[in-house]
Amino acid sequence: MSAAAALETRRLSKSFGALTVANGIDFRLERGARQALIGPNGAGKTSFVNLVTGALAPDAGHIHLDGAEITALAQAARVKRGLVRTFQVTQLFRGLSVLENVTLAVCERRGIGGDMWRPVGRHREAVEEAYALLEPLGLAADAARPVATLAYGHQRLVEIAIALGLAPKVLLLDEPAAGVPSGETGRIIAAVESLPADIAALIIEHDIDLVFRLAQRITVLVQGRVLAEGAPEQIAADQAVRRVYLGERDRR
Amino acid sequence: MNGIAAALGVGLHGLAFAMVLYLISVGLSVTMGMMGFVNLAHGVFAMAGGYIVTNLINRYGVSLPPAIAMAAVAVAVLSLPIERLLYRRLYGGDELDQVLLTMGLVFMSGAAAQYLFGALQQPLRLPPALSGGLRVGIAEVSAYDAMLIVCGVVLVTGLWLGVERSRFGAKIRAAVDNLRMAQSLGIDTSRLFSLTFALGSGLAALGGGLGAALITISPGYALDNLVYFLVVVALGGLGNIRGPFFAALLIGLADSACKYLIPQFGAFLIYAMTMAILLWRPRGLFGRV
Amino acid sequence: MPAVPTDASAAITAHVWRHRYRAHEALPWAVALAAYFAFPNYLPLAAQTLATILFALSADLVLGYAGIVTLGQAAFFGTGAYTAGILAAHGWGEPLSGLLAAAVVAAAVGLLSGLIILRSSGLTLLMQTLVVAALLHEAANKASAITGGDDGLQGMQVWPIFGRFEFGLFGRTSFFYCLIVLFLCWLGVRRLVHSPFGRSLTGIRENVVRMHAIGAPVFVRRLVVYTISAGLAGISGALIAQTTGFVGLDSLSLERSGTVLIMLIIGGVGRLYGAFVGVPLYMVAQDRFSSIEPVYWYFWIGLLMVLLVSFARGGVLGLCDRLWRRARGRR
Repeated sequence: MSAAAALETRRLSKSFGALTVANGIDFRLERGARQALIGPNGAGKTSFVNLVTGALAPDAGHIHLDGAEITALAQAARVKRGLVRTFQVTQLFRGLSVLENVTLAVCERRGIGGDMWRPVGRHREAVEEAYALLEPLGLAADAARPVATLAYGHQRLVEIAIALGLAPKVLLLDEPAAGVPSGETGRIIAAVESLPADIAALIIEHDIDLVFRLAQRITVLVQGRVLAEGAPEQIAADQAVRRVYLGERDRR
Repeated sequence: MNGIAAALGVGLHGLAFAMVLYLISVGLSVTMGMMGFVNLAHGVFAMAGGYIVTNLINRYGVSLPPAIAMAAVAVAVLSLPIERLLYRRLYGGDELDQVLLTMGLVFMSGAAAQYLFGALQQPLRLPPALSGGLRVGIAEVSAYDAMLIVCGVVLVTGLWLGVERSRFGAKIRAAVDNLRMAQSLGIDTSRLFSLTFALGSGLAALGGGLGAALITISPGYALDNLVYFLVVVALGGLGNIRGPFFAALLIGLADSACKYLIPQFGAFLIYAMTMAILLWRPRGLFGRV
Repeated sequence: MPAVPTDASAAITAHVWRHRYRAHEALPWAVALAAYFAFPNYLPLAAQTLATILFALSADLVLGYAGIVTLGQAAFFGTGAYTAGILAAHGWGEPLSGLLAAAVVAAAVGLLSGLIILRSSGLTLLMQTLVVAALLHEAANKASAITGGDDGLQGMQVWPIFGRFEFGLFGRTSFFYCLIVLFLCWLGVRRLVHSPFGRSLTGIRENVVRMHAIGAPVFVRRLVVYTISAGLAGISGALIAQTTGFVGLDSLSLERSGTVLIMLIIGGVGRLYGAFVGVPLYMVAQDRFSSIEPVYWYFWIGLLMVLLVSFARGGVLGLCDRLWRRARGRR
């Protein structure tokens, strides 16, 4: 594996006072991979996402995207380079329509978000691109509806549509099915399974069944450290993981 | 020697001003921190206190201490229905709605004050004991300023001890810290809000009444002094009881010094200083990060 | 798979056509022209109303679109008014260049103060908008050699527009001057809010976290719109200064910042037309009532605000929306 990974961190560290959320994390996400990041509550999963996307500044360590160092880049600049995330709790423009939610993202990616003169409607290609993203997710019929009026499961799909509108190379999916009634998770799983093959996806997830279904590789994070990494069967057989992680699950 | 005496005099006057500013603003800081409510009408309670005190003294010949006590109690009681009926429904709501509601109250109260008491300033007639000057070491201080400082120190100490030692104070601190947690601990936050609000309003009335000769009472009071009260809160940090004290001290002393040394600049430097401090520390000097 | 709806592109079309001009948008201008003929004795008031609509429009841009709650919009209004006023009082009474100078100076003040204050949010931001205005108010108050201080700026000499149209007693020139400037500014603002930039402002108002996550330069966007809004407010202040021939300290006051918000709220925030509804209602009512009880005007305005917040959020236009929807629902 000499080629540059889609995303790589080296000795990434971050503490808040006495609380260490990232303790020298070495992590690789290959191009086109479907990988999962799991770990018990408070393991530092969301902090890891925040560090990688630039919402938090690390105390030490490096982050590389496609072989290029991005550690010092601002959040917006990382997005421009194709590092995109979704949120565990939906972050949408609730008063705007589904189509407009995605159009905003598409406009930013196309670099026309700052255009102050031509109306959005004159950028028809951007609107059409946004609409084209809705169709495979089954959101086309809802395109004109305000997001706030959608069922939560559909809102999660809008979250994914926005991310796709940014043409990601690396997509960090922070618990894509969180809060969704079990009857509706199917569509979200389908959406993740049908992600374009050239996108490297990292799924941060709590639900083990979902992880084993979606991921080819699993990284286990415990107390800000990588405890184990490997194929699902390896992880399932790993004694340390069973103790820390699966054990916790059994207790619940 | 002269210079030192003058500096001391200016400092003592600033200290007196700071006490008044703090008494008025502390309630604002707590309500903003705990309820997340932008209360631009807080100065109305200080104004009400000022009107009650000056009228009790000037018209009915009540002496200063009972007049101030009556004003504080009356305003605290009167603030309860306002909190219940108007403020409560906007807690946690849109900032703009809060601004508009409280701005509306400021306008209404100003017009009401003018209707009731006329457009002129209300003089605070001081008893003879308070109208002279005092000598403190080499410094000269007016008896009124001295009274403000003494009252301020007593009240501030009482308030701090109260908030730190009493059960009620512990509840306030818990609610400011983490409202959800406080609720889940079984604290009746609705009651707590009302009582805290009344306490803050009462203190404001106290400050407005005591300081009526320093910040003159007129229909424009709540609007004209709004910036000062907000500056104290913003510099002190929201939901903080000590922060606003030091902020008030800073503003009081700076104001007094500016008026003495460079009166041609007026309040300009105070505002400039505020902007500079907030640029450096956006959450205020004593705000939690 | 859900069937692709037959009107697959209906949503696109609706979205793409949203910026098209509609017939009802001509209404304010028709009303303005009608007012010109119907109330020839009220042209000075009408001109002031038009200029104030521009002020409210500038506030709508920051408040309604970018979601910045400001109590300091008068800072820019007053800066524009004093810029035009001081020019006219010191020998340069050419109105159009005065207007331009006012816009530039006010926008510069907006840019500088925005650089400082837009880093914070919530109450601190609100307070800082207030402090900026208070700072300028105090500066104008103390620099009485230039501004006339408390007495206001005296001795403005505004030249005729293009050397031909004099600002007469009857306010005809003033009326059309304000009307045309407002119209041009409205065209620009309308263009702006329908552009991707304008939509991204709405995005910032709706969810700033998400805006960061889609890679938008949030701070820059807010700063730009704050600056533009300041420039528009400056033009509005200059219009009033030039048409009334006077600038007072009240042009920088908190009352001015507060009342423009009220006018906007009465009309409806974030809809571009709130200013066109709220400002005339407010100004005409003020003109009627304050001649009877000038002092207590503010009492009723305050009461109105309390009632609006408690019962009629969304203002007049919001109320119309609701009635319209209910009427349609019944059919």
